[in-house]
Amino acid sequence: MSGPASTGVPILRLGDVLITGLLNELDDKAALAFTHELTERISADRVRGVLIDISRLEIIDSFVARTLMELAMMARLLGARVIVAGMRPPVAITLVELGIELVGVETALNAEQGMAALGWRQSPQPPEGAHRDSTR
Amino acid sequence: MTQLANTSTTSHAARTDTDAAAEPGTTRVVLTTEEDLLTVRHAVRAATLAVGFGIVDQTRVVTAASELARNAYIHGGGGVLTIDCPRRHGGKGLRLTIRDEGPGIPDVDAALVDGFTTGAGLGHGLGGARRLMDEFEVRTVPGGGTTVVATRWVPR
Amino acid sequence: MRGRVEEIADRWVRLQVQQAALSGGTSESELREEADTLVAALVTGLDSALPIDRVATSHAELNRAVTDLSLNRARGGESPTATAMAVLALKEALLEAVQESTQDSGELFSAALLINRLLDGAGALSFDTYVEGREEIIRRQSRQLLELSTPVVRLWRQVLGVPLIGTLDTARTQVVMENLLQAIQDQEATVAIIDITGVPTVDTAVAQHLMQTVNAVRLMGADCIISGIRPPIAQTIAQLGIDLSTIMTRATLSDALSEAIKLTAGPLPTPDAPASR
Repeated sequence: MSGPASTGVPILRLGDVLITGLLNELDDKAALAFTHELTERISADRVRGVLIDISRLEIIDSFVARTLMELAMMARLLGARVIVAGMRPPVAITLVELGIELVGVETALNAEQGMAALGWRQSPQPPEGAHRDSTR
Repeated sequence: MTQLANTSTTSHAARTDTDAAAEPGTTRVVLTTEEDLLTVRHAVRAATLAVGFGIVDQTRVVTAASELARNAYIHGGGGVLTIDCPRRHGGKGLRLTIRDEGPGIPDVDAALVDGFTTGAGLGHGLGGARRLMDEFEVRTVPGGGTTVVATRWVPR
Repeated sequence: MRGRVEEIADRWVRLQVQQAALSGGTSESELREEADTLVAALVTGLDSALPIDRVATSHAELNRAVTDLSLNRARGGESPTATAMAVLALKEALLEAVQESTQDSGELFSAALLINRLLDGAGALSFDTYVEGREEIIRRQSRQLLELSTPVVRLWRQVLGVPLIGTLDTARTQVVMENLLQAIQDQEATVAIIDITGVPTVDTAVAQHLMQTVNAVRLMGADCIISGIRPPIAQTIAQLGIDLSTIMTRATLSDALSEAIKLTAGPLPTPDAPASR
């Protein structure tokens, strides 16, 4: 369900949640383009939640941190909740030492818990394919 | 450990003329485009691995390098990063030297305070990078560019 | 002398074995191997153009041979005296060899002088390396102690605990933070409890680090509870101007645990809960 992405970062829609992820090789311009694209999609698809997987990010500097905060803020203005999932331990340590708090950004341990926080529950059986709903 | 050297500009001028990779173990990255910021990260990551930093220290140094490189790119109109590995009492370290030819920083102390920004960042650039490194020195000349030298030592 | 490498090494090993009768330690075959390497390095070192008193430190091969020998002794628990005597024994072995090879007193004297200067350099290097080796052992032990003194234990499903006892310094708090975050990721824990009942006081740097740990745990997507804060520590934290209302604290570890179980048991609170189900 991913639309053609100009930044090459896939944004998938799962019901009323958008799922996407940030990659290490994202440079500043691409990050800005991604922010733009994601907010467009939030608005167009009328989703209520966004899960951003950052488990691949090896560093978060103040620019990426700011990008994440802006995304969360804009999404909230558009009526969606952003959850950033899977931050690596060294990244978390560095970020607090850098003196940055991700104000207004909700976090989750991994994508699964992030989805749970957005209201998705894991089905008792392993899910087959892309089930829309899986209420216990 | 911030030092201000507003007086001498000669040492700076000499440094920029130094040939690439003159010493063994020294890496030099020229920052002119945004893509070079990624090159900086790769080069610094490789250097931290070579020196033998743990994963958390690797992340600290690469993040600091990213902040400093972005500063030089945005405020200094690009610059040159030199990575080398100093030694001290048998200990190893990694030193980042980032030099730009930009307008310089009028008030370094203010720039090191969190939240100070004149560009697209969080204003944590300099101050944050300083907290991630063991030694940190800013040399700036109004109108004559800025050099930041930052070192982190491998814990023993 | 070049032709007598074997012989010198032999003699050196013998001299050391005699000493070892007093101190005990390295086995004869190890000694033999060391001696062969070192004497061979010595010969190539003498062939190099380096000034004689700097050969031991500057000639790579010889430097390595001396360093290895000294480190091995240090790690093996050999005493500093025994290590120094081992190097001095080589001097004796060399002098004997020179004595047998020439009768000319002038030549003998200059050779002795040369050997002295060469071995003095080696001796100094050996001593330095020995001390360095022992320091390395001390550092390793203190690192191991640090690991031991900062355990991360699983208290409940998805609940981790870090019981801290004794004085906290920056290094230890750092290790706590790294171990805890790693454990959170590995065990997919959603609540971490840092219990500081056993910590008498903290300085401002450590209090700051504790707060950083709480923030880092949150960035990972887990909750952090601090339990057992003693009044003096509460004071330090208050003086830092940190807003404690944003940090979950409980008086005791058991209070914290029951809170943690509550947090993990119920469905996550979602204010703008799904309308679609």
